[in-house]
Amino acid sequence: QAEVEETLKRIQSHKGVIGTMVVNAEGIPIRTTLDNSTTVQYAGLLHHLTMKAKSTVRDIDPQNDLTFLRIRSKKHEIMVAPDKEYLLIVIQNPCE
Amino acid sequence: MEIVYVYVKKRSEFGKQCNFSDRQAELNIDIMPNPELAEQFVERNPVDTGIQCSVSMSEHEANTERFEMETRGVNHVEGGWPKDVNPLELEQTIRFRKKVEKDENYVNAIMQLGSIMEHCIKQNNAIDIYEEYFNDEEAVEVMEEAPSAKTINVFRDPQEIKRAATHLSWHPDGNRKLAVAYSCLDFQRAPVGMSSDSYIWDLENPNKPELALKPSSPLVTLEFNPKDSHVLLGGCYNGQIACWDTRKGSLVAELSTIEFSHRDPVYGTIWLQSKTGTECFSASTDGQVMWWDIRKMSEPTEVVIMDITKKEQLENALGAISLEFESTLPTKFMVGTEQGIIISCNRKAKTSAEKIVCTFPGHHGPIYALQRNPFYPKNFLTVGDWTARIWSEDSRESSIMWTKYHMAYLTDAAWSPMRPAVFFTTKMDGTLDIWDFVFKQCDPALSLKVCDEALFCLRVQDNGCLIACGSQLGTTTLLEVSSGLSTLQRNEKNVASSMFERETRREKILEARHREMRLKEKGKAEGRDEEQTDEDLAIDLEALVSKAEEEFFDIIFAELKKKEADAIKLTPMPQQSSPEEDQAVEEGEEAAREGKSEEVEEELA
Repeated sequence: QAEVEETLKRIQSHKGVIGTMVVNAEGIPIRTTLDNSTTVQYAGLLHHLTMKAKSTVRDIDPQNDLTFLRIRSKKHEIMVAPDKEYLLIVIQNPCE
Repeated sequence: MEIVYVYVKKRSEFGKQCNFSDRQAELNIDIMPNPELAEQFVERNPVDTGIQCSVSMSEHEANTERFEMETRGVNHVEGGWPKDVNPLELEQTIRFRKKVEKDENYVNAIMQLGSIMEHCIKQNNAIDIYEEYFNDEEAVEVMEEAPSAKTINVFRDPQEIKRAATHLSWHPDGNRKLAVAYSCLDFQRAPVGMSSDSYIWDLENPNKPELALKPSSPLVTLEFNPKDSHVLLGGCYNGQIACWDTRKGSLVAELSTIEFSHRDPVYGTIWLQSKTGTECFSASTDGQVMWWDIRKMSEPTEVVIMDITKKEQLENALGAISLEFESTLPTKFMVGTEQGIIISCNRKAKTSAEKIVCTFPGHHGPIYALQRNPFYPKNFLTVGDWTARIWSEDSRESSIMWTKYHMAYLTDAAWSPMRPAVFFTTKMDGTLDIWDFVFKQCDPALSLKVCDEALFCLRVQDNGCLIACGSQLGTTTLLEVSSGLSTLQRNEKNVASSMFERETRREKILEARHREMRLKEKGKAEGRDEEQTDEDLAIDLEALVSKAEEEFFDIIFAELKKKEADAIKLTPMPQQSSPEEDQAVEEGEEAAREGKSEEVEEELA
């Protein structure tokens, strides 16, 4: 529990990180540093996308599995680390 | 050889029902092969047959259905909470979250994911893989690409009875909309039941017009107000001026009273640059030019009669068919008439007679288009009969540059707002010509067949890339021009202005010579000091001619040097010698000139 806190705090304090959130398999945000409406939006949308990406990887090679998903956009990068039950989502602004 | 099979049926059995039964097949006729017949034929060897060994293909046509699209949005709401937790209750959600956080799975998962995530975050911070590596290299300008234009979209008149698209106007902000005026300009041949609607089209949606404007009589011209993009001004076929506000709907907001309006269709309406943004003026073939304030449309604020004899007689007035106004020269305006004369007027003159400043001889037919060059307002372009001409305000007797006589009547023309040397013309055979006179003077740089029917009007968007042209059947075609024709070429402004000046000077020299000749004629008619004046004039003429020759050669050499310096390839200036010139100039000069031009051509080649 304390380690969890420490890990999440450490992630949030990295350079360029805008927000961190933990979402469960049903799309419920467990932990978030952003406001509710944004969190809900990200949670809902990224959940579907991660599922799709996972099934794509599995389709191509059934022995393979999705370990990480990175979406680079003009403004920032969205990183999703999927697990069996949870999703860790971090939004970072990669400064040069 | 006939083969016959006969069977017998008793009369009493006619009409009896048939009893079908099975039986063995009976051989009725057996024809044996007759080898003697084979002798009547000759065997043919070899036999030629054509075969083709190729992939067999079939042709199919498919036309997609027009796809109707609608934009919709989705509203995200929270969901997924288990039944016992109410998402709106803060306490319940907090309790749920705390419960999840105590779960062991959660802790393990987060630790693991956390380490992966940290790795990636650090990666991102270390190197930015998307940075601009080659900032210094700028795109090399492609100057030599061939000019091209392609059709982007076609807007068809949704009405059953087709009308001609007589005028186009781009929306002043952003150019995403196009207002098209539809009317039938054939005198008294408008079909019964023809709708008088004109439309505003949104460029994204060519299937359905965005707004329909409903006047009482079909609109001949239509213009957006450059200051207030919701207001439109339209000139009607019956001579009235109408005004719309798109926020108020499709019906006319203001209409001029019929007694004070024009008596013929209004062919030109232009908004004026005024502080209130409500002033405009209109011209019609009844010979009047009227100024209006749209807040009070009951009568015009001012009326000028296009009578070049300056007597203000409506009977002598020339019908105006095109109107020109440049906001950088707010007191001057020009009118192109049906009779082919261009009248330049000054709005601020004290008396109405002085309003008409000067006239230009123009064309053999009505002047359908008149526009000043946006970069060099002293030069203007006119289109009428079968040519397009460029004039300079200083040279009042003839145009300074002109195209050859085409096969079809020219209907409209416009300068490109981005390049001073490029202009567009439309013809009655449905072609759009793009002229670039720093590239080629004799022919259009690009000639496109837009449609089979005649093109009536043309309008270029402010960025110089998009051109809309309207045809006789109401089809408006949107074309995009290649970037070479819409971006300013280096040194183009100087080249264009020097060309204008050179041509103006040439015309001035010709004019001066004509004047001398006319004086000489007058002198002869007056008799007495004939010989003296003759000699004087002859000497003057010679001096003038040699001076002209010198100037001419100087200009040619200067041009040559400039051309070599710029390394732009130009075709030699067309040696257009008018017949009068032939009379006046001695043959020696002409021969010398031709010799020089040969040299010029040799040097260029």
